[in-house]
Amino acid sequence: MRQIAIYGKGGIGKSTTTQNTVAGLAYLGKKVMIVGCDPKADSTRLILHAKVQNTVMDLVREKGTVEDLELEDVMKIGYGDTKCVESGGPEPGVGCAGRGVITAINFLEENGAYTPDLDFVFYDVLGDVVCGGFAMPIREGKAEEIYIVCSGEMMAMYAANNIAKGILKYATSGKVRLAGLICNARKTDKEFELVSALAAKLGTQMIHFVPRDNQVQRAEMRRMTVIEYSPEHPQAQEYRTLAEKILNNKMLVIPTPLEMEELEDLLMEYGIMEAEDESVVGVVEAAAA
Amino acid sequence: MSEKIRKIDGITKESTQAMIDDALSVYPEKARKKRAPHLAPNDPSSGCASVKSNKKTVPGVMSARGCAYAGAKGVVWGPIRDMVHVSHGPVGCGWYSWGTRRNLMSGINGVTQFGMQFTSDFQEKDIVYGGDKKLKTLLHEAHELFPLAKGISVLSECPVGLIGDDINSVTKSVSKELEIPIIPCNCEGFRGVSQSLGHHISNDSIRDYIIETREFAEPSTPYDIALIGDYNIGGDVWSAKALLEEIGLNVKSVWTGDGELEKIAATHTVKLNLIHCYRSMNYMCKVMEEKYGIPWLEFNFFGPTKIRESLRAIAERFDDTIKEKVELAIAKYEPIMQAIIDEYKPRLDGKKVMLLVGGLRPRHTIGAYEDLGMDCVGSGYEFAHTDDYDRTAPEMPEATVVYDDPSEYEFEKFAHALKPDLIGSGIKEKYVFQKMGIPFRQMHSWDYSGPYHGYQGFEIFARDVDMAVNSPTWKLVKAPF
Repeated sequence: MRQIAIYGKGGIGKSTTTQNTVAGLAYLGKKVMIVGCDPKADSTRLILHAKVQNTVMDLVREKGTVEDLELEDVMKIGYGDTKCVESGGPEPGVGCAGRGVITAINFLEENGAYTPDLDFVFYDVLGDVVCGGFAMPIREGKAEEIYIVCSGEMMAMYAANNIAKGILKYATSGKVRLAGLICNARKTDKEFELVSALAAKLGTQMIHFVPRDNQVQRAEMRRMTVIEYSPEHPQAQEYRTLAEKILNNKMLVIPTPLEMEELEDLLMEYGIMEAEDESVVGVVEAAAA
Repeated sequence: MSEKIRKIDGITKESTQAMIDDALSVYPEKARKKRAPHLAPNDPSSGCASVKSNKKTVPGVMSARGCAYAGAKGVVWGPIRDMVHVSHGPVGCGWYSWGTRRNLMSGINGVTQFGMQFTSDFQEKDIVYGGDKKLKTLLHEAHELFPLAKGISVLSECPVGLIGDDINSVTKSVSKELEIPIIPCNCEGFRGVSQSLGHHISNDSIRDYIIETREFAEPSTPYDIALIGDYNIGGDVWSAKALLEEIGLNVKSVWTGDGELEKIAATHTVKLNLIHCYRSMNYMCKVMEEKYGIPWLEFNFFGPTKIRESLRAIAERFDDTIKEKVELAIAKYEPIMQAIIDEYKPRLDGKKVMLLVGGLRPRHTIGAYEDLGMDCVGSGYEFAHTDDYDRTAPEMPEATVVYDDPSEYEFEKFAHALKPDLIGSGIKEKYVFQKMGIPFRQMHSWDYSGPYHGYQGFEIFARDVDMAVNSPTWKLVKAPF
């Protein structure tokens, strides 16, 4: 069983990419479980064709304690026999979402959700590793392979670099490794080159460049992955390729995150950022004109 | 306070320093460097602290300290009898702080006093989803079950601070709905270095939510005082209050032993604040001095010598009628005290005692031991600050060891070297020393006894000390030294 965690900047398309990739692996005959680690609980809707799945934490709240829960209450089966679980958690601004992830994953472990017939477990994790709870999927005995979803946008690359720093911390004490960047293209300038270069600097690879295509949105509106909605569409082929690359990926590295300056140098090298001009820093538009 | 500097045979600055160095020698360099300034021979003539204090405990040593929540729940809030005190968080903190301090309460349980265990009993789901709704429900239920409770305090345990539950907004809205004071106290255990910060935070909540919100029903008199920093351990307040009333003062409110919320709230109109435990309540005394111009006076009700000094100092703040009553009281009680001393001193004379208590008693009880002929050969606090050690220096004999937040190792090591006849400390220390064959009295809870305050308390204190030191049991146990 390979356990994989997907991280990346908020809104970059982690859940969409994860579910389409998982559909690709299912298409290749692999048994997969998705564990959504985000209180928004939108990591399984395309696989289940559901609006929202009953989450572990929702049921804990309803029934009183986690001991009252059964695995079948929270585990649903979707496209390609994929098992789906959502950790769930609080509304923004209250409680502790991180603890929700810990509770949910402990529950899955104690109740035998990690069955030997599974080929893959995917953890779809909210944004950044903001606290111990969101690092749960990459702790000892959990995911050892991490993919970071990013794009050629500056902030997405910053986020990717930051996540690499988090992985580095856990990599030196455990077995977790960076397995590659997945570029979810936004059609920014020189995106392919830039993300490839960032991957190289981090000591990893850009495992796949997923081009932007509205077919993804059309499928999403039907709560489906592209692979299920239109298996013949070229975008479905992209995700199948990504799935295959992940299946065969052997490049697991301890990342070498960049310093802020190096990252800016990289952006300058590709002409995304002008060379640093101290005279414009902190000068408002009206004043500059 | 003492007129002449006392010396103990065999204890010199050099011998004490050698004992400290010996204890420190086993530590790794970093720990040794950190601990060294917290241990020193006393210098009574300096009148100032010889040790560093109120610093983070060195990791890896056993400390006797508690946490901010313990300071808030156990010390300041818990003893107020007519309120419901809610321990907000998992069940353990509330359970283990329930009445264990022996702060006694008068009244009828559930009617005029609420010495019960209220907790929001956090479960996994409350951590994840936040405990604010549960708190709201709990406050309504508590009020419904105990409508006679004058108010509710909400004392935060650690997880509340970690998940950022907004107890202040919940208490504010429910307080309005129920029309009773509901006071939030952000005393999460992880804050600060000891329980001391919990006292300070609680004083601040009294300042922000309670003081000045009520008035006394009776017209004020020139003899209105408040008894501050007496927590009624084993009935201390009852003994102290009776004595203060005997000398003609009106004890309008007590902070907080057997205390009442509405009287505490009206304390801003008293003429003088008499403070016993300086460490835990000096903050509010200073606030009341600045804001309402109420002077405050520290006093000591342990043992006849200190009681006499204190009564006369109190009398100085009042007119001749009080002064006369003070002298009458002294004249009335001193022969009784002398009879007690005559009975116990022959058996206790020259005996040595070591102390480790919280923030007041390591200096305040020394006089009571000395009244019985005993010498304090070492003293220290769990959570005192520099101003407490300043006040300790003149009370202790020359060159005796002062230890701040000592580890169990240091305390044991000093006991081996000094061979005391009695150790006065807490439950965590008790059995360690009793197993070493050293008589022991709990100086936090009075060991199921008390009161020790006032003239009434001294008789009990003397009896208990004699009972511990001269118990025939110790002849059957061989001390390891």
